[in-house]
Amino acid sequence: MSENKSEYLINRHDNQYEVVIGLEVHAQVTSQSKLFSTSATKFGAEPNTQVSLVDAAFPGMLPVINEYCVKQAIKTGIGLKAKINKRSVFDRKNYFYADLPQGYQISQFKDPIVGEGKVILDMPEGQKEVGIERLHLEQDAGKSIHDLDPKNTFVDLNRSGVALMEIVSKPDLRSPDEVNAYIKKLRSIMRYLGTCDGNMQEGSLRADVNVSVRKKGSKEFGTRCEIKNVNSIKFMQMAIEYEANRQVDLIEEGRTIDQETRLFDTKKNETRSMRSKEDAHDYRYFPDPDLLPLEVSDDFIENLKLEIPELPDEKKKRFIEKFKLTPYEANILVSDIETSNYFENVIKKSDVKLATNWIIGELFAALNEKNLEITESPISTGNLSKLINLIKDGTISGKIAKTVFEQMMEGDKDPQKIVEEKGLKQESDPKALEMLIDKVIDDNRDKATEYKSGKVKLFGFFVGQVMKISGGKANPQLVNEILKKKL
Amino acid sequence: MSDITKQSLSELVENIKSKKLSSSEVTKAFVERSEKSKELNAYITEDYANALNKAKNFDKKPNLDLKLPGIPMAVKDLFCTRDLRTTAGSKILNNFVPTYESTVTQNIWNEGAILIGKLNCDEFAMGSSNETSFFGNVQNPIDQNLVPGGSSGGSSSAVAAQLTPITIGTDTGGSIRQPASFTGTVGLKPTYGSCSRYGIVAFASSLDQAGPMAQNVKDCALLQEVISTYDEKDSTSIDFKRNEYSKELTKDIKGKKIGIPKEYRVDGMSKEIEELWKKGIEYAKDCGAEIIDISLPHTNYALPTYYIVAPAEASSNLARYDGVKYGFRAEGENLIDMYEKTRSEGFGAEVQRRIMIGTYVLSSGYYDAYYLKAQKVRKLIKNDFDEAYKKVDVILTPSTPSSAFKIGEKTNDPVSMYLNDIFTVPVNLAGLPGISIPAGHDAKGYPLGLQIIGKAFDEQNILNIAYAMEEKINFKNNITDWWLK
Repeated sequence: MSENKSEYLINRHDNQYEVVIGLEVHAQVTSQSKLFSTSATKFGAEPNTQVSLVDAAFPGMLPVINEYCVKQAIKTGIGLKAKINKRSVFDRKNYFYADLPQGYQISQFKDPIVGEGKVILDMPEGQKEVGIERLHLEQDAGKSIHDLDPKNTFVDLNRSGVALMEIVSKPDLRSPDEVNAYIKKLRSIMRYLGTCDGNMQEGSLRADVNVSVRKKGSKEFGTRCEIKNVNSIKFMQMAIEYEANRQVDLIEEGRTIDQETRLFDTKKNETRSMRSKEDAHDYRYFPDPDLLPLEVSDDFIENLKLEIPELPDEKKKRFIEKFKLTPYEANILVSDIETSNYFENVIKKSDVKLATNWIIGELFAALNEKNLEITESPISTGNLSKLINLIKDGTISGKIAKTVFEQMMEGDKDPQKIVEEKGLKQESDPKALEMLIDKVIDDNRDKATEYKSGKVKLFGFFVGQVMKISGGKANPQLVNEILKKKL
Repeated sequence: MSDITKQSLSELVENIKSKKLSSSEVTKAFVERSEKSKELNAYITEDYANALNKAKNFDKKPNLDLKLPGIPMAVKDLFCTRDLRTTAGSKILNNFVPTYESTVTQNIWNEGAILIGKLNCDEFAMGSSNETSFFGNVQNPIDQNLVPGGSSGGSSSAVAAQLTPITIGTDTGGSIRQPASFTGTVGLKPTYGSCSRYGIVAFASSLDQAGPMAQNVKDCALLQEVISTYDEKDSTSIDFKRNEYSKELTKDIKGKKIGIPKEYRVDGMSKEIEELWKKGIEYAKDCGAEIIDISLPHTNYALPTYYIVAPAEASSNLARYDGVKYGFRAEGENLIDMYEKTRSEGFGAEVQRRIMIGTYVLSSGYYDAYYLKAQKVRKLIKNDFDEAYKKVDVILTPSTPSSAFKIGEKTNDPVSMYLNDIFTVPVNLAGLPGISIPAGHDAKGYPLGLQIIGKAFDEQNILNIAYAMEEKINFKNNITDWWLK
């Protein structure tokens, strides 16, 4: 590592290498039905129960474009600040495989629906812009299952024909951390838009990772290798680290890097050659004659723009300006649309500063501990607002609030009721407090004298005693004030 | 009525509507004649028992408002028919029974017609003589050992031999018009996008079009009116105002401008064809049409262009026949081995040849030189027609460069076989409608056809001109029923 902590460099002998990464992300379009058929797309259905004659490529069956998927792709393009191509073309990518019923995948090759765009990453050292090369629509293949039978392969076509967006980045990424931030940001934008649920466990988001290395300062790109179909951020990062080091070793040994497709073995934590450039498929792309070029009007695009919600970058800006949040707080709260919705609902009826602290602090910690998403939070936004208001108006202290919060986590109870039932209401009546304080001073005459003679540190002791005999309910601020007067 | 099968479709419809004939009588007559005509090998799959039952049911409660009330009909085996085997003339689909119906055939049944069987054709419609069918060649009823044309050879043979009152074929480069010409029948290839391709086994998607094959122009117009519908299930289907072609049919073609393209006077064209064309021009003049010389300068490039575009699309369209999901499968050591054996054994030589040509012209390094260039030429060919139609209403050409040839005569010479389509292929490349009508005989007494090519969506005009000329030509087919014992 170099002196700049955020820079990811590989050192070998006297050489420093920079890693250049580009991603081809495959994002499943959120849609009830497939890209060219009316079959359902629900995850986890019984094998081959969501397959139409079109998906199984029966003779004479024809694809018909699903307009909703087109809208989803364009919305995503708008979210990526990208150029929307009013004319795009579906091509056939020809190859044989058991889970590819047509013998070709319908994709977009020369004329994708979305052109160049960008994604802004918030890195510790500041913002970084990553270029988007293109976004195109394509069909997913089915699934081959090799481990159900020693001799035969089974094929599940439920996924066959499901709409995917392939989002190709420019080779702008330079570290595993940036890849992490990029995927998360992409996922966040698509979840805001409702165009992809980003669920990596269910395969809704996966990526081919292109990795090359070059000596620091060099302007030329090195020979790249493509690591196919990696389905978690952690594996992407591990694959990049392994692959970059492998390439550096080759260069240091004076050997050349072969441009090839590699697979990441998650068990051995290494990449393995899958096929070399020479063995690359000739996909014989040509325009699908069953589909006319896809043409969309300016009006069609403009109407979709009206449906675009406030996206994370804009929301962050608003949170900082309007609510005076720190960039750190804003980043956390906008990273996920569900979190930002939760936050905005809470602050509708309560103090922003307190809400921010309670959500980022207590709530996140508690959810984390229970392994829950914000959407599964046991505490409703309404009740969290109430809790914050109880703190704000002095009904309970921050400390008592934590006790109440813990009980709220057990089930969405009204904090007001908890406070009443358990008698946790903060004692803010000056007369009642005075009585308590007089008693404490009475009981500790000697210490009071010491305090008066200059041992000011003892003030804390008195506060503690008052809190103790009040069962923690005494309003600490008032206790302070009265104590000062009395002592 | 003893001569039921000698009646035209229009006559049969009239007789059923006026209750002079029942559907059962008509269906029985065609079924019986079909059964006696096995030597023609026009059928791949017969459905006679079902047909007779359906006819009986029709007669119980006849709906005489339909356009094809209780009319029996056999169709080319490229149309998927629910619960009835559909082979596309190929071993690879030998056992394939669709669970669905093509839009075109559904339209036909919706108008009351009854399916009696599936007609032979070249394998995946690839051929001009019906000799590439896995189910054997088809006899032309005109003469023994004469090809009926192709790829809709079973269809042309069955209509000419009156095994079905009318039928449908598909035309990718001439597969309706050339067999019509070879059998003295009428065949219409509609405008691309006029008839839905849904449920038709695909050969070359940008060229394939279904169309009627009939004994006369009026019948042809009636069936076109039934099969041509806009269909959302076919993205290339076009939503335009479709005529009631048979009702709007007229012989009044006075003042219509008919173009004669000089480029169709190809080298080595036989005298007989030349004379037929001249005769056709005279007939057209007699009908009051105006003859105008035109030029379609890129005609020469049509055939090579077609033999790049069609195989390219076919190579991809036929990839789905891989032994995995349906149809024929040869067992193999592994997946690749299974693919190779299935496709080597399942496809015939001509289909394999075209898959290889198509794969070649699409492969990287050759794509630009072949496929892309062909697409550009295709545009030029279409532009030729667009230019011509600024001056004329329709174009008149011969349908084929020769009359029907002998079975086996051209099987070892694919290029000479491909040359059969020289006059029909440009029409497919330009997506235009074209009709072939019988117009005379050669020295051997074999029929010859004339082709009338129209503007896109202008089926009515070419049908009208064909209708008018048909009367003047007064063609009589010499069918001797030689195959009947």
